[in-house]
Amino acid sequence: MEPFVTHHGLVAAMDRVNVDTDAIIPKQFLKRIERSGFGQFLFNDWRFNEDGSLNPEFELNQPELQGASILLARNNFGCGSSREHAPWALADYGFRAILAPSFADIFHNNCFKNGLLAIQLPEAIIDELFAKSRAGAFHLTVDLQEQVITAGAELRIPFSVDPYRRELLLQGLDDIGVTLQHAAAIQAFENQR
Amino acid sequence: MAGKSLYEKIWEQHVVVAEAGKPTLLYIDLHLVHEVTSPQAFEGLRLAGRPVRRPDRTFATMDHNVPTDDPFVVLDPVAAKQIETLTENCKAFNVPLADLTSDDQGIVHVIGPELGLTLPGKTIVCGDSHTSTHGAFGALAFGIGTSEVEHVLATQCLWQQKSKTLLVQMDGTLRPGVTAKDVILGLIATYGIDFGTGYVIEFAGEAVRAMSMEERMTVCNMAIEAGARAGLVAPDETTFSYLQGRRYAPQGDAFNASVEAWKQLASDPDATYDRTVIFPVGDLEPQVTWGTNPGMCIGVSATVPNPAEMQTENDRRAAEQALAYMDLSPGMPITDIEVQHVFIGSCTNSRIEDLRAAAEIARGRRVASTVRALVVPGSKQVKRQAEAEGLHQIFLDAGFEWREPGCSTCLAMNPDVIPAGERCASTSNRNFEGRQGRGARTHLVSPAMAAAAAIAGRFVHVAEWIAEEGLAWNRS
Repeated sequence: MEPFVTHHGLVAAMDRVNVDTDAIIPKQFLKRIERSGFGQFLFNDWRFNEDGSLNPEFELNQPELQGASILLARNNFGCGSSREHAPWALADYGFRAILAPSFADIFHNNCFKNGLLAIQLPEAIIDELFAKSRAGAFHLTVDLQEQVITAGAELRIPFSVDPYRRELLLQGLDDIGVTLQHAAAIQAFENQR
Repeated sequence: MAGKSLYEKIWEQHVVVAEAGKPTLLYIDLHLVHEVTSPQAFEGLRLAGRPVRRPDRTFATMDHNVPTDDPFVVLDPVAAKQIETLTENCKAFNVPLADLTSDDQGIVHVIGPELGLTLPGKTIVCGDSHTSTHGAFGALAFGIGTSEVEHVLATQCLWQQKSKTLLVQMDGTLRPGVTAKDVILGLIATYGIDFGTGYVIEFAGEAVRAMSMEERMTVCNMAIEAGARAGLVAPDETTFSYLQGRRYAPQGDAFNASVEAWKQLASDPDATYDRTVIFPVGDLEPQVTWGTNPGMCIGVSATVPNPAEMQTENDRRAAEQALAYMDLSPGMPITDIEVQHVFIGSCTNSRIEDLRAAAEIARGRRVASTVRALVVPGSKQVKRQAEAEGLHQIFLDAGFEWREPGCSTCLAMNPDVIPAGERCASTSNRNFEGRQGRGARTHLVSPAMAAAAAIAGRFVHVAEWIAEEGLAWNRS
């Protein structure tokens, strides 16, 4: 997994509540057996018209948001299906962080397994960021080491993520390796049942 | 000291490593696997040179991609490859597999319980959000992503933070025509699609006690549609009699000993919860979703809600977008909504009782000429049972199609896709945009409501509609 320490990037705002993983990556793309290459299908039914042309209305298709790597979202982002193809698609498209007032549990978990930093922020702060996005494209710096989001000197938003997840992300660690260090404890548990 | 809840008891029995400041390493008793969320996990094991730690605690089947007309003819080469990959992986890693030739094949959340793999007090995971279904047995069961599928294959454990606990107390007696599906839809409509986020929900109360295992599974199945990764029902005599004699359940004396242990799992009377919700079900009527998430749902006698009357700006906009997608107008009676498709199936409502309820409505009637109706049993076992009872003939005589088991139109990964702009009354669990096909419009309902919609060509209040025909309604 690619470590996440600090990231500076363009913010794309997606002003919709309850964005489900079916919308993030529609089911017809779940048949592939690979882990990579899902970015081209991200938000397929919203991003592209039936004929495959770009839907000019869709948020991520705005010319000034090309190259966005931080997604600003509304509450309950990633609800529904457990498909990890959703964070795979977001990460492959180029997103490194998602900011929202709340995330669905399984999606939130899946993000951290893929170097995608999902940050929960109070609704009022998310509202402010949406207001800022309406005034034009803007960049943010997300610092996981310090747990703070900044935009130059004018904006400073502290955040916190679970310490264990933070550690894995900072180091880009695969947690199977960590777990296997407890092989003796697992064996002992199995023996006593 | 306060007593313990069912969730806390199961949790404590599965702790492998607990260190301060870290999540808990929890042991997983049963790992269910299907073709869609496993290939990348097996590939990860292969790349790292790791074996499956406990193939004997792992069980695989094929369901999502499977065609329901002829399961052996998979025309989509990408889907065929995925199904083939599961076969190869199970062989290479020694994992038991109920493949398309097996008498046990079916939707993973239907076969787990019917084979007796799902047992009270177990921890159960699967790369599928509807794993919550198994909580109906008093098992802690939740969906995981593919990275965690790989983690469980390699270690038989998962790192977990303890969830908060939410008690949903459901009292009252259901009115005629009202089912477990209406209960869970009504609950989500009342409290919203994220009220369970961060919680494990325990369903309790006389309405839950009165439910069969099939009905409890329907309720727990949709706990995830309330945001909760897991739903739980304390095991009782209904649970034990369902399990007795199932193939992988303990047999004989071992079964009796297990029952004694399972009885200890119920939450202590003085157990405390982080939140409690009282949901009386006595006045509930059959539910129909009008929007693009399961919480956008209302009683069948009502009208399509007006977004202008919604509480928050976010809700207003979401409702407007939903109505535009669904091509519905505020104030329109639900019973004026015409459907072109009916789907009876999915891990929510494809079990034998669901098919009996639908067949009861279909018996001696005809599917409207404007409707195409599919019945997709949840498993080979359900299909055999239904055929032994003659249910298939009732459906066929009424003009329903009788299909082979699989997930089918619930998410339309197989060819059972709803065309754009057309409307489907569906017994499944999600009415998201594009779920059943790009541009397809899904209305979630119970099996009885779906069967009645197939015949009437529009939504009807199933109990009143039957009464008008002068026939008795028997709640199965």
